[in-house]
Amino acid sequence: MGFLFSLVAVLVLVGIALVGVGGLGLKVLFGVIIPYAAVLTFFAGLVYRVVDWARSPVPFRIPTTCGQEKSLPWIKPNKIDNPCSTGAVVLRMVFEVLTFRSLFRNMKLDYREGPKIRYSSEKFLWLFAMMFHWAFLVVILRHLRFFTEPIAMWQQTLEHLDGFLEFNLASYAIGLPTIQLSGLVLLGGVSLLLLRRIVVPSVRYISLAADWFPLFLITGICLTGIVSRYVVRLDVINVKELAMGLATLHPVVPEGISVWFYIHLFLVCVLFAYFPFSKLMHLGGVFLSPTRNLVNNSRAVRHVNPWSYPVKTHDYHEYEDDFREEMVEAGLPVEKSLEEAQAEKDAAQAPAAPETQETEEKREE
Amino acid sequence: MAAKTPSPTVVGQIDHHPPAKGWMDTKPEFKPGNFLYAAKASALETVGLPNPRDWSPTDDDWKLPADWKGIVREGMAERLQRFRSFKLFMDICVRCGACADKCHFFIGSGDPKNMPVLRAELIRSIYRGEMKTAGKILGKLAGGRKLTEDVIKEWFYYFFQCTECRRCSVFCPYGIDTAEITIIAREIINLLGCNIDWIASPVANCFMTGNHLGLKPHTFKENIEYLLDDIEEYVGVRIEPSFNRKGAEILFVTPSGDVFAEPGIFTLMGYLMLFEHIGLDYTWSTYASEGGNFGFFTSHEMMKRLNAKMYAESKRLGVKWILGGECGHMWRVVHQYMDTLNGPADWLEMPVSPLTGTRFENAASTKMVHITEFTADLIKNNKLKLDPSQNDHIIPTFHDSCNTSRGMGMLEEPRYVLNNVCNNFVDMAPQVTRENTFCCGSGSGLNAGEYLEMRFRGGLPRANAVKRVHEDHGVNMLSCVCAIDRAVFPALMDYWVPGVGVCGLSELVANALVMEGQGEREYNLRGEENPSYKPPAEEEAPAEAGEEGEE
Repeated sequence: MGFLFSLVAVLVLVGIALVGVGGLGLKVLFGVIIPYAAVLTFFAGLVYRVVDWARSPVPFRIPTTCGQEKSLPWIKPNKIDNPCSTGAVVLRMVFEVLTFRSLFRNMKLDYREGPKIRYSSEKFLWLFAMMFHWAFLVVILRHLRFFTEPIAMWQQTLEHLDGFLEFNLASYAIGLPTIQLSGLVLLGGVSLLLLRRIVVPSVRYISLAADWFPLFLITGICLTGIVSRYVVRLDVINVKELAMGLATLHPVVPEGISVWFYIHLFLVCVLFAYFPFSKLMHLGGVFLSPTRNLVNNSRAVRHVNPWSYPVKTHDYHEYEDDFREEMVEAGLPVEKSLEEAQAEKDAAQAPAAPETQETEEKREE
Repeated sequence: MAAKTPSPTVVGQIDHHPPAKGWMDTKPEFKPGNFLYAAKASALETVGLPNPRDWSPTDDDWKLPADWKGIVREGMAERLQRFRSFKLFMDICVRCGACADKCHFFIGSGDPKNMPVLRAELIRSIYRGEMKTAGKILGKLAGGRKLTEDVIKEWFYYFFQCTECRRCSVFCPYGIDTAEITIIAREIINLLGCNIDWIASPVANCFMTGNHLGLKPHTFKENIEYLLDDIEEYVGVRIEPSFNRKGAEILFVTPSGDVFAEPGIFTLMGYLMLFEHIGLDYTWSTYASEGGNFGFFTSHEMMKRLNAKMYAESKRLGVKWILGGECGHMWRVVHQYMDTLNGPADWLEMPVSPLTGTRFENAASTKMVHITEFTADLIKNNKLKLDPSQNDHIIPTFHDSCNTSRGMGMLEEPRYVLNNVCNNFVDMAPQVTRENTFCCGSGSGLNAGEYLEMRFRGGLPRANAVKRVHEDHGVNMLSCVCAIDRAVFPALMDYWVPGVGVCGLSELVANALVMEGQGEREYNLRGEENPSYKPPAEEEAPAEAGEEGEE
């Protein structure tokens, strides 16, 4: 259900842009108003969500320790997987965010009759995820050239690196623009992730519309982007004029931009607007995860719970009152001898029955 | 009472393919062997938990409080505000499925709702359906569903089918920890009075008598005295420990499981012998006679209530620091929660080993040291006279407890100790040890008799790994540093890997200890003939071996 719904939803979005720009010519709406609204929603939503998470405190220090802790001086701690200092936490997070270290650990269950259980290395999810996320980052950085004038040195370098295949392909000969790897890797990554979700039965079983939709949406963005660049051969000058107009808050809508571009842009806008309300927020969430971003030093340094409150315990004196006779008989030391306890009890009972307490309480009220 | 458990061949036939029907349309079936008995009203009343009543999970009517939906919604909202972990874990899962085949209950049952991702979705779907606009409007399409009594039954079934072992969180790219979700889900259903007997009764016992077995002060002392008699008989040394003694240097706290049942009692005999051997100035407490904390399996508040007595007793007795015995979740609580819950323990001092002078800087604030750290330090500094050849007939492997591995990181210390008290230690494969270790299948309060089939299923991955070293290397002993492990492994091993015994680390230490004035060590602590015993003619040899063992 989620699969079909998401596919149709993305097709409908394509249709909306097609009709909106191609049929009705609403270029200002699709080229200016929607992009502004989407970007605004993205940033406002992102901040709102992160602040909302951050408002919930971290009452306990609960890192998942994945290696030797720092204990005795002659035992070598695993500083990354069981961080013993803030610096080590930073290192753990850097590896987590940039290399998906936890996913790299992944292994697959191999269950056979017997039963015989084995676990084999499983790196596909890690590989697909790395392809997808890194390519996405490069694509985004590359797109910044539309919003900057002049083009910075790092952008040019990035483009050269990204397009290094041009020497290997006969793109000059057939007159194609430089083939940029990132776009293709991104399409490959997103397709493989999509395929994995379809093919692996357990992953298909757990998938919701919220899992399919972003995959289809990003596939749509990749395809329209690739079509715009390599097939339609979009006039980049016009697109840059539009982008610079948006960036400088002096929006202009140049003529002669293909409808493919508007579809592409519209899908990107939907992604931006959808982002803060979806699981895509793992982008922000990964940094806040208390099982990863805390130092494992809770025995060495006290961690304070901001909402801690006093609780009812059964203290030693109540305990001794319950068992004093047995304790004395067993030769266990007691705080109050049997006689002392009896005397106290008599004293407490002598002046008064429960009524007095009740009347006292009433008086207080 | 408990159902007969099918044979390993039957239980071992597990299909890991999900069914055709979506998970929101399936309901758990409460069958003998796969669910836990309900908490008794009296247990809840003792500690003042809500909605005490007599009921059974197989009943149609669970006698929930009148406004149960409001209680759940409010309970969830409150916890979303209090725990960033809970809030974040509700929001950021991408359902990549990396965790899916990491759970021992999924591996052993094939039930898709035992995939950690789905276990969390059981509560996430309510979070979305009841608290999020998109879920309220779009329902199932947005992964949301409405709160019904069936949902509560499902939560009860599956959140008491998670041992809070954290294995999934090792593999999750965002560190989503199902233990955290289970802890909070249990907290929420506890608001409705839905707990299990095997947690609620120990909690009530622990609250009233200091330990979860409900051993009264004199019984606690007597039980230990029986073990002293055994030590005298088998080792030839009379030990006289103290109880509730003010002015001792150290308070020793261990799980009460070690006080009364095999093979835990042999571990306890090990502690007694070790402390005698080094002349430690320590005391037992009948009040703080439990390190294990079943409150942890009930709510954060209950954890705090039960944990409080350890610090309180250390203050009353005026000790300098606390030494803790071999236990899993006790150490999760001590390591990650205790100081926050009931600290700062200003009246205690930085733990210093009176034998070696080692300052336990890693416990500078909590002031509580693990017996294995303590022992490893003693061995490293040549403070123990050891004869590892006394363990020569034992080929041990080591089970890393979930809590000391993934909630602490004590991985090398036990191995160091093992390698010094035994000559034959064999480790299991890296995929199933250290941070990748598999749960015993009965942790977090699920070690009840009526739950045997499920426990055997949950324990299958661990047992299977033991089976491999048993077959390949002749391993005949599963050593561990956890009381629940010691309680549940004997049955699990008999079921899946007959021929493998179970022991605590300190038992192996004691086997190898050369006690001052000891008699012939013809018998081990279990009263069995010791195959590694050498007649007196070779008396000289062991002493040398002992020195070699020390590095």
